[in-house]
Amino acid sequence: MAQHDWLENVFLTRLNEAANWCRKYSFWPMPFATACCGIELMATAASRHDIARFGAEVFRFSPRQADLMIVAGRVVMKMLPVLQRIWLQMPEPKWCISMGACASSGGVFDTYAVVQGIDRFLPVDIYVPGCPPRPEQLIRAIIDLQEMVQREGRVRGLERLRQRARTGLPVLGASEQPGRPEPQRN
Amino acid sequence: MGEAQVQDKAEAAAEQPAWLDFVEQTIAALRARFGQEAIEESRFRDNVRVIVPATKVYEVLAFLKNERGFDFLVDITAVDYLHYPNARDRFAVIWSLMRTDNGARLFVKTFLNEPDLTVPTVFDLWKAADWLEREVYDMFGIRFAGHPNLKRILLPEEFSAYPLRKDYPLRGRGERHNFRRLTREQS
Ligand code: SF4
Repeated sequence: MAQHDWLENVFLTRLNEAANWCRKYSFWPMPFATACCGIELMATAASRHDIARFGAEVFRFSPRQADLMIVAGRVVMKMLPVLQRIWLQMPEPKWCISMGACASSGGVFDTYAVVQGIDRFLPVDIYVPGCPPRPEQLIRAIIDLQEMVQREGRVRGLERLRQRARTGLPVLGASEQPGRPEPQRN
Repeated sequence: MGEAQVQDKAEAAAEQPAWLDFVEQTIAALRARFGQEAIEESRFRDNVRVIVPATKVYEVLAFLKNERGFDFLVDITAVDYLHYPNARDRFAVIWSLMRTDNGARLFVKTFLNEPDLTVPTVFDLWKAADWLEREVYDMFGIRFAGHPNLKRILLPEEFSAYPLRKDYPLRGRGERHNFRRLTREQS
């Protein structure tokens, strides 16, 4: 029996790879567009930039049918529980792109109501800088995510951390980072 | 005075809207009704303000609506004069009124001080006051006595401060980050 173990493993590895390959070309994004970045997100989906070229054109407005949340715009404290709830409603496997300065860090809106980066409260896989990011940048993020999915597939939290540590990749995403302190400025 | 300035002044005078006469008559009528000293007037170009004591503000607004035809409540807002140079009072509440048939505009202002931050509601005069008063309450903590549903309108109900007061820090007191963290393992 034992001599067949390796064969089984080889078979499963190849199957995983095939599944990942399928997954990465069929993201179903859930546009969480709360501000101006959302317009750029729509432009990315429209004919000129055409996100369909990367297999991610099926935007779903129900989190139950989506596997990639694109947070485009600032998230205020009244909205954050909604955002978390939507994230929890998405089925595994799922990924999250934080699009624009606001979603990633609060941007210029350093006020009492605006959450200073959604990664304080949600796991984020890819950050897109810019205010707003150009469609090309969002497409770059999708391509990066595709690479990530091909490499790591459907892995979760700790597993991913270990895998990253093995491969020497930088550790992304809030789940692996200790809590960031509140920014102290003037 | 330079030539350009003279011209500016002449243009400003020429731009005086036709309804200013009506507003002046309104102020005269207010003074006849409530007394000279209760109605203080100030003006910048076509922006006319009357300042009235908080005890009289409801009667003044009712008079303006019922007798002088100001049928449109444009806005209710408030100002916090904390740290403001030479200010005597802490808060001001401002009602912005308009008469839709001739376009006349008038601002009614009253001053308030702690601890009594209450003015009467004008919901029975203009239904638009409903949300406007709730917003002023939400941001400044000024209460509108008699409002049918005076609760926060923009901020979550469990918010405990009034963020547009000048003694509230711009970045808040940590309310924005008072949430539970979701990690990969939990979701
Ligand atoms: S990053 Fe810029 S474009 Fe995007 S939501 Fe913020 S302000 Fe708007």
